[in-house]
Amino acid sequence: MEIIQIIGVGLVSTLIMLILRKQNPEIAVLVGMAAGAFIFLLIAAKLSAVVDQLEEYAARADIRPMYFTSVLKITGIAYIAEFGAEICRDAGEEAIASKIEMAGKVIIIAMAIPIITSLLDLVLKIMP
Amino acid sequence: MGVDLIFRIAAIGILVTVLNQLLIRSGREEQAMMTTLAGLIVVLLIIVREIAALFDTVKTIFRLN
Repeated sequence: MEIIQIIGVGLVSTLIMLILRKQNPEIAVLVGMAAGAFIFLLIAAKLSAVVDQLEEYAARADIRPMYFTSVLKITGIAYIAEFGAEICRDAGEEAIASKIEMAGKVIIIAMAIPIITSLLDLVLKIMP
Repeated sequence: MGVDLIFRIAAIGILVTVLNQLLIRSGREEQAMMTTLAGLIVVLLIIVREIAALFDTVKTIFRLN
């Protein structure tokens, strides 16, 4: 049962961060980063199984692979940007967190442009 | 790789804190600063591998590469 292990790791590292926060907050932030990384690595296997299954469904429904992979990329960028932004916010750096999120949004928009253009072409084709 | 990693970092953190207080009490503030930096660097070295593993996993799962 991974969920029990994940909650255990989360609680333990939160406690450790509380202990370390008063004297040296830098190491507390690093413990938070390590815990975040470790928890994601715990669920990575399940996540990749789900993603492969979704890809297989997309292939069966003969959706063009370009659409599915860019949606997947956008999810990945959203996740990693949120991971970084939350760690900066934990360390009290609100400004840097919002910069990271803004950069993530810009990259996501840049990746979504091909999909939007193909959608518009489709709409124009349908219009009489 | 795993929970012992977090405990190792916690141990280093607590050790650095204690050493820091010890050195400050005995009047050697610069060395206290040095030990804090040293502890931080050691923890950073440990964590860099974890973060690299995380980024590689995210890249492979979300086909980002």
